[in-house]
Amino acid sequence: MAAKTLYDKLWEQHLVREDEHGAGLLYIDRHLIHEVTSPQAFEGLRIAGRKLWRTETNLATPDHNVPTVDRHLGIADPVSRLQVETLAKNCADFSITEFDMSDARQGIVHVVGPEEGATLPGMTVVCGDSHTSTHGAFGALAFGIGTSEVEHVMATQCLIQKKSRSMLVHVDGKAGEGVTAKDIVLAIIGKMGTAGGTGYVIEFAGEAIRNLSMEGRMTLCNMTIEAGARAGIVAVDEKTLDYVKGRPFAPPENLWSQAVSAWSDLHSDEGAVFDKIIHLDATQIEPQVTWGTSPEMVVGIRDRLPEAGSYSDPVKENGAINAFKYMGLDQGVKVTDILLDKVFIGSCTNSRIEDLRAAAAVIKGRKKSPSVKLALVVPGSGLVKQQAEEEGLDKIFTAAGFEWREPGCSMCLAMNADRLQAGERCASTSNRNFEGRQGPGGRTHLVSPAMAAAAAIAGHFVDIREF
Amino acid sequence: MKAYTQHTGIVMPLDRANVDTDAIIPKQFLKSIKRSGFGPNLFDEWRYLDQGEPGMDNRKRPLNPDFVLNDARYQGASILLARENFGCGSSREHAPWALEDYGFHTIIASSFADIFYNNCFKNGILPIVLEEKIIENLFDLSAAEQALQLTIDLATQSIKGASILLDFEVEAHRKHNLMNGLDDIGLTLQCAEDIRQYEMRRKNAAPWLFRSV
Repeated sequence: MAAKTLYDKLWEQHLVREDEHGAGLLYIDRHLIHEVTSPQAFEGLRIAGRKLWRTETNLATPDHNVPTVDRHLGIADPVSRLQVETLAKNCADFSITEFDMSDARQGIVHVVGPEEGATLPGMTVVCGDSHTSTHGAFGALAFGIGTSEVEHVMATQCLIQKKSRSMLVHVDGKAGEGVTAKDIVLAIIGKMGTAGGTGYVIEFAGEAIRNLSMEGRMTLCNMTIEAGARAGIVAVDEKTLDYVKGRPFAPPENLWSQAVSAWSDLHSDEGAVFDKIIHLDATQIEPQVTWGTSPEMVVGIRDRLPEAGSYSDPVKENGAINAFKYMGLDQGVKVTDILLDKVFIGSCTNSRIEDLRAAAAVIKGRKKSPSVKLALVVPGSGLVKQQAEEEGLDKIFTAAGFEWREPGCSMCLAMNADRLQAGERCASTSNRNFEGRQGPGGRTHLVSPAMAAAAAIAGHFVDIREF
Repeated sequence: MKAYTQHTGIVMPLDRANVDTDAIIPKQFLKSIKRSGFGPNLFDEWRYLDQGEPGMDNRKRPLNPDFVLNDARYQGASILLARENFGCGSSREHAPWALEDYGFHTIIASSFADIFYNNCFKNGILPIVLEEKIIENLFDLSAAEQALQLTIDLATQSIKGASILLDFEVEAHRKHNLMNGLDDIGLTLQCAEDIRQYEMRRKNAAPWLFRSV
């Protein structure tokens, strides 16, 4: 039997049929739903008089529009409120389990899924959200879809897909002190470019990947979409099983050993052939900081920003010139000389307990710089928030002058009230530094939680290894 | 879905790489629970000089004269010419909804982001991938005083203009569905028996996937 990649196995296990044009009908095990990309899909079902194919595979929670303060007052913005209320009504009408704003389990859909065990190894997981790639950390095939496909999954439990090409990103060696999953994935994007993964499913492997916790692997897979890939996956190991066991939606005791035995095959076979292989040396990766308006515009903390003249491709040079202008930065300046107005610790990339612990460890006993107007900590879910409070992390943050908020997407994309004002510069643990992403005219620098925390204390970027 | 067979229109060149879906339709407009009406806010942050919010009268907002969408030459354009990695970022289908609502039926670029590419076909928009060199040439032609007009024929997979004759590739199943304006869900439901049989097999192999929680 030919050696298979993990992606080959996941594809084959979910292939219902292939049509005469070679398009596959892929079965979907888990569909996660939030308020922004689902209303038009529910409306489509109603208009066509269609029902859900399998109600229990759907799980919903509002996250993009929810306020992170004064929850008891509800949502002030009537347009946001209507969208969240529409999700509740749709879930009630179609009997879908929803963790609403009053539920301790509410949170960012990509934090909630794994936390509940609703994301399991070997599953296909989809959601109307590009960061669904997060769930690939569990050896699941997980990817974002548009609203038409949300409707398609709800009505048929399937998606029409063409198999992607396969890429192996092998990160060899041990990452140094202070170098996190966020730095590894930013370094990968810096090397590949934001379109480098287009048309591929990427499997991450190598010592540095195996050494990552499940939280770290989620950060890594989360940002695979920023490299343009359809999905990112990491093979199942003991860490995966330890994380999953005992969670509410995980296989119960009587099915556990059968599940573990099936999951033991969720790795690429020895000798499996990939369409492309990339190697990175983890020992050479420094803490990363993005400087521009695309995640590929990234440098190490000890570096200077590039010079526009250093680009050989005129389209890239043009992009860099636009980015310098938008970001209000000069070419060639030192990263550590960049001053910050705000700091955001949160998002589906970096809002899990490990992220909050890493940030808290940096700021313990210190104070936010007076030049930083706001440092915001937004846990990924109500349960992450509870755990952090049990560990006393909230006290560390508030004592340092940070704000401790309710869970949601918050200032990653600023659909709620948390946003940058035009011209404000932010160190952010989120995933996108696009123009206007954190608020019109806002300037975003992507970093790890520890780097964001250190920047809040210093008022500018600092090398976490010397902090 | 509207069928796409042949289309003739003016080309608007958007000379930027990595145009993301946040730029195509900013997040504040995603709060709508409808599928239509996004056109006036297409490229909102580049197109207007003020800060756009839902509910504003867009006809009264100050236009950015430097943005190509506001160039008199390209008024009524229905073909968008772009550079690599067009539509990257968020999966929001509001991006093709906004493009379609504005009047773009075809997008030509050297590459597209995966999810966006897929979303286009669900909304009667044809995304066409052409080589960098050809794209460069089209940018030159479309920058002329007289706007470039092209005719796209999906059946023959060809693009024709005054001095242009090009072929393009499109996957057979996508072409078929787009030309016939077919509803994917309806087609998939014709395979309902295959899906049920798959579920029976899968239930035996992985029963934990079929528990109600």
